[in-house]
Amino acid sequence: MYNSGKIIPGIIIFLAIVTFPFWSNAGKTNVKPEPKIDTPAIQQMPEGERKCIESKEFMKAGHMQMLNDWRDSVIRGGDRVFVSSTGKHYNMSLQNECLRCHSNKKDFCDKCHKYLAVKPYCWDCHIEPKENKS
Amino acid sequence: MKMLLPFVAVMALVAAALMAVNVANLHFLFGVAIPYIAFAVFTAGFVYRIVKWASSPVPFRIPTTCGQEFSLPWVKQNKIENPSTATGVIIRMALEIFLFRSLFRNIKAELRDGQKIVYGSDKWLWLAGLAFHWTFLVILVRHLRFFVGDVPMSIAMLEHLDGFLQIGVPMIYITDGVILAAIGYLFIRRVLLPQIRYISLPADYFPLFLIAAIVVSGILMRYIVKVDVVGVKNFTMGLVTFTPVIPATLMQGNGAWFFLHVFLISVLFAYFPFSKLMHMGGVFMSPTRNMINNSRMVRHVNPWNYPVHVHTYEEYENDFRDKMKAAGIPVEKE
Repeated sequence: MYNSGKIIPGIIIFLAIVTFPFWSNAGKTNVKPEPKIDTPAIQQMPEGERKCIESKEFMKAGHMQMLNDWRDSVIRGGDRVFVSSTGKHYNMSLQNECLRCHSNKKDFCDKCHKYLAVKPYCWDCHIEPKENKS
Repeated sequence: MKMLLPFVAVMALVAAALMAVNVANLHFLFGVAIPYIAFAVFTAGFVYRIVKWASSPVPFRIPTTCGQEFSLPWVKQNKIENPSTATGVIIRMALEIFLFRSLFRNIKAELRDGQKIVYGSDKWLWLAGLAFHWTFLVILVRHLRFFVGDVPMSIAMLEHLDGFLQIGVPMIYITDGVILAAIGYLFIRRVLLPQIRYISLPADYFPLFLIAAIVVSGILMRYIVKVDVVGVKNFTMGLVTFTPVIPATLMQGNGAWFFLHVFLISVLFAYFPFSKLMHMGGVFMSPTRNMINNSRMVRHVNPWNYPVHVHTYEEYENDFRDKMKAAGIPVEKE
């Protein structure tokens, strides 16, 4: 091999870059985030009615879309009434409706958002809940 | 045919992945085994190709010179286009690698009025190539958020900048649109220009189609079919910590899209060392770009020169002195 003084360092740099995910995670364990739904408001609900406004699967995939639609509807259209797929009426409000039950932003919203480095801009305008840390 | 074959190949790969996951339940094979194999083939193949290239001697300085070389003090040297120092070469290589300097020189020849041939600058290929490579890099780096436990600021920043336009939720990435447009241009160029179509081979179309399929499957997962992204990270982190897990949420419904995405990327990785995509490593080894033009200052010895057995005149005379004297030929030593 010729120019090994340049080729070998080059190959080492290449290997260091491509194996970055492996060595940077060496010794770490893979923990899946579990958002908590054990807030007082949820626990007060009767067992059978402990449901979000839509199904868990729908909320998991579509909550951001829904919040975005809500914002457009409230801010631009002035319409605050949300009719769910089961026909129930809800108040379109992040702080007054969503956070009424999910009052634990740190253990609920932030769990997955931090995991995936998602920074929603909800709190650019809304007031972040001050959680009672005991 | 040259276009149809790679298209059918990519479609077959897509069908194979979807079938394997939806019908045959081969999640482990397509999600864990194949990616690991592909990564091993990629790294080993890449290093092998580089070492093989490095084994070819480059005995002469063959820098292509695009400017005045170093000569007399009062002749102004072009220090980057015709470097006589290592710094100059590093700047030239950086321009080549980051900005595709050579491609910027791209010229188009055209026949005008039937007979007259004219040459004009043609920057579209350079622009599309640059857009394609840079967006691909940004997308690749952005994906590190799935491969690092605590996502560092720099990756989060890059992602934030990519979603800078704040269109829709989840925010549309600028790179998603740009890479589709760039791939589109690079493909259409091959199809519409007769000369380019003539020299295009299946090996040119295949990576284009494959990368397009990867991009489209990624875009679908993010904006349309909504694959469980927490499950995806759980899965990828399992791969990089060598404790593979396949979350239940990915085993059902639209999780197949994720396995399709992973499989196509695995194919790209495994295909990489055998294909023209090796220009990623090769660009660093372009002899016409990475050599200092110092032929007139430094002696470069041909590496395959071997010691030649020389029979000097003195030895010759020693061998034949008597015969030479007898024939009356003058000799140097009596």
